[in-house]
Amino acid sequence: MKKILRVNDLRISFKTNSGNVQAIRGVSFNLFKGETLAIVGESGSGKSVTTKAIMGMLANNATVEQGSILFDGNDILKLTKRELTKIRGSRISMIFQDPMTSLNPTMTIGKQIMESMLEHRKMKRSDAKIKVIELLDLVGIESPSKRFKSYPHQLSGGMRQRVVIAIALASEPDILIADEPTTALDVTIQSQILELIKELQMKLKISIIFITHDLGVVANMADRVAVMYAGKIVEYGLSDEIYYDSKHPYTWGLLASVPDMSTKVDMLYSIPGTTPNLISPPVGDAFAYRSEHTLKIDFEEQPPFFKVSDTHYVASWLLHEYAPKIEMPEHLQRRIKLMLSEEY
Amino acid sequence: MTKYILKRLGMAALTLLVILFILFLLLEFMPGSPFNDEKLSPDQIANLNALYGLDKSPVIRFLIFVKNVVLHQDFGISFVIKKNAAISDMISSRIGITIKIGLQAILIGTVTGIVLGVIAGIKRNTIFDTLTTIIAVLGVSIPSYVFALGLSYYFGYKMRLFPITFDIDDTVRSMVLPSIALSMFVIAQTARFMRMELIDIFKSDYIQLAESKGLSNLKVIIRHALRNAMIPVITVLGPLLVGLMTGSLVVEKIFGIPGIGSLLIQAIQVNDFNVVIAIAFIYSFLYIFVNLLVDLLYGIIDPRIRVQGGGTNA
Repeated sequence: MKKILRVNDLRISFKTNSGNVQAIRGVSFNLFKGETLAIVGESGSGKSVTTKAIMGMLANNATVEQGSILFDGNDILKLTKRELTKIRGSRISMIFQDPMTSLNPTMTIGKQIMESMLEHRKMKRSDAKIKVIELLDLVGIESPSKRFKSYPHQLSGGMRQRVVIAIALASEPDILIADEPTTALDVTIQSQILELIKELQMKLKISIIFITHDLGVVANMADRVAVMYAGKIVEYGLSDEIYYDSKHPYTWGLLASVPDMSTKVDMLYSIPGTTPNLISPPVGDAFAYRSEHTLKIDFEEQPPFFKVSDTHYVASWLLHEYAPKIEMPEHLQRRIKLMLSEEY
Repeated sequence: MTKYILKRLGMAALTLLVILFILFLLLEFMPGSPFNDEKLSPDQIANLNALYGLDKSPVIRFLIFVKNVVLHQDFGISFVIKKNAAISDMISSRIGITIKIGLQAILIGTVTGIVLGVIAGIKRNTIFDTLTTIIAVLGVSIPSYVFALGLSYYFGYKMRLFPITFDIDDTVRSMVLPSIALSMFVIAQTARFMRMELIDIFKSDYIQLAESKGLSNLKVIIRHALRNAMIPVITVLGPLLVGLMTGSLVVEKIFGIPGIGSLLIQAIQVNDFNVVIAIAFIYSFLYIFVNLLVDLLYGIIDPRIRVQGGGTNA
């Protein structure tokens, strides 16, 4: 498969009043043409910062310490502001988390969708309008020509997210970054939007980076999954490898936190502890303090990536040949089978 | 929309009536009377009072006044300033200049204020921002008559660029200093609001989305930030008008402008009741009218308010 984006040993820190937060501590991954890569992790794991860096939209107090983001032969991190605006919104675009706040309240949705067409594709207004109505239809908005003149407040949350998706697709991008696109929606709408994104990808053959904290959400969507923890990728592999054969205790924790139909409300699982302070990150494995299976070396040295298969890599000392054999807990395996058999 | 406007107009009329009524009651408590010439005997004063209807209770006088205004557009006659002259004539010859200066002050104030606020909001924490903040603090805390005195001293007396007092032969240049003095408060308030709003809006999700479309900074600001920042700025225009009106009283006095503000002060000093009431009534009317206008303007800029009935309101 053709590589479309390559993130290479990315390190990003943020200046804050209490010190330098090392938000991204050496992240590398590839995005292939036409695939969906899910980046999964809890808040503060660095998944959003990574995508902001790809969009060239890092906050002012962020510093790229090291690394490169190669797209189309160029390093995005080295582009000028002008060159960036040519890629941003035309070749790479983004769906934001909260549709209630991500649309301009005083501009009709038609105009908001049209904007990037006029900007990047130099279309005539009348042509763009036809294209917008087609797009509105494509993302499943009824009577699109009437909706063209609607303002965001006249639409429901689910409809607004469809508009946000239409905005992202307006310039026919190569890469679509979806930053928790369903988190702010209620569950029934969630599955509709996921279905829509999946459908659109099949039709338009775009590559998607899907950011989420919920492994359940991407179960039927992602081709590959990268699990991030404390500014690093700790495990990545094909979807099946992550769901059926994950090796990192943090991935197990994430899988166990996905609620399913058999879970009683008072038994919802959460991973104990909190993410480490990234102003002075731990010397060893950042997950050591929260893991049930911590080894002595976890506190001394950061684990390298151990190869499980050609596509599956895990950064945990548990994979070392001297480490005790620890498999995914059996009850979790059963739950995952059950979960994946349900239609998500 | 028509229904809404009619409702607002009805409310406005009611408010005006209440204000008038209170005015009549308040004047009753004011010391002195229009006829305080020492040569007048108590009998003569009683006769004068009876002649002008001042022996009646304030409630009756209020009703008579309302009747005359509604039926004959008649504000009554002046007792002291211009004996027996119709007040409507006195006002109509003077109100033009007051409104002109007020509008100029609003125009200068909002345009300068918005420009300053936008620059400060965009160039945050730079020298521009600091300068704007200084101007805003000065404009809010220093009353307009201090500016009026300062301006007339430097630009009128020292540099002789503009007339110190109102010159009937050079009205255009005569209005410059008073308009600027009055606009300082407006500049300060709009700049402050604009800056605050823009800073808030720049953090919002829809600005990030606009940036993610690959628009240039300028386009993001003009198309997405400015209009949204204007909404709260328009809401403060109403209250700003109050400051402008009270300011105009003193500023007209300082520059000797023959407007209704200086007339009101004169009328209060000599207890010319009808003139006081008529001008206070006009000020109230202007205030209510402008507020109504501001609310309608608000609807034009913010579609969430304009659209009635249909759609969900989040």
